Amino acid sequence: MINETPLWEVFIRQRNGLSHRHVGSLHAADEALALSAARDVYTRRGEGGSIWVVPSSAITASDPDHTDEFFDPAEDKIYRHPTFYDIPDDVGHM
Amino acid sequence: MYRALLELADDHLVLGHRVSEWCGHAPMLEEDLALPNMALDCIGTARALYARAGELEGAGRDEDALAYFRGEREYLNCLLVEQPNGDFAQTMLRQLGFAAFMEPFWRAAAQSSDDAVRGVAGKAVKEMAYNIRHAGEWVVRLGDGTDESTGRMRAASDALAPYWDELFLSSPATQEAEAAGILPERAGLRANWEQVMRDVFAQALLDWPEATWSQGGGREGRHGEGLGHLLAEMQSVARAHPGATW
Repeated sequence: MINETPLWEVFIRQRNGLSHRHVGSLHAADEALALSAARDVYTRRGEGGSIWVVPSSAITASDPDHTDEFFDPAEDKIYRHPTFYDIPDDVGHM
Repeated sequence: MYRALLELADDHLVLGHRVSEWCGHAPMLEEDLALPNMALDCIGTARALYARAGELEGAGRDEDALAYFRGEREYLNCLLVEQPNGDFAQTMLRQLGFAAFMEPFWRAAAQSSDDAVRGVAGKAVKEMAYNIRHAGEWVVRLGDGTDESTGRMRAASDALAPYWDELFLSSPATQEAEAAGILPERAGLRANWEQVMRDVFAQALLDWPEATWSQGGGREGRHGEGLGHLLAEMQSVARAHPGATW
């Protein structure tokens, strides 16, 4: 059964202007049934305006064992955060 | 017109209840959510139609009274919708055939002279379009699948063949509603329906079954044994505790 119905990752965009967000995964035999299943499983409460389904096997993920070398070097580079500017009041909310 | 809407409402409630029987029993989790979705589409349509039928009858019966306190001889659904679910193939084929009839029906009913019918049509036409897509995808995949799935889809096609005709027959009450421009003419929807079904069957590499006989009687309240069991299960709580609220 698992070989016949591989895993798919589901991304849903709630409204125009937002980006697609990962909401979960499901099993389906092909892309048309995956899309159909995504609609039935993940948009039951009006969550969706657009759906992407992607074979899970197509995703390359970072290795948890390499977390230190991947992400720690960014931690002490506070100058990359735009917190040293005074924003004029006229600009309003940014 | 009351009776014509009742026929239509009964089709949707009985089919909705049948499909809901899959809840917790579907072959995979994804379909276990999809099938109740389809069931709820049908039941939602039935509710709106019962409400309007009750209003027209003018005897103070609401949707619950019509759904829970009529016996099987008073139910006017066509026989197709009460057929047992059988296997997944049979359920999907029944859903496809029903939706392929109702989608153009509701599309035409958008011009109904009755406000309530137009309201139902606007929502139901989208739901039935999705039902056609979902059930059609499965009929194609099971028909053009393994030896096992092809055999099951062929068996489903044979089992349901005698029940398609009744969809296109209009009872005297329905003929009146058709003449009054309230409901579209059933007979006129046949060519379009058969085209959709033949297309799906061609993709599924199945032969379209030429029915050698057909079964009717549902619109006069003559049903198979299965409907009584279905109603018993559906109505037992409401009848044991009439007027209960929760």
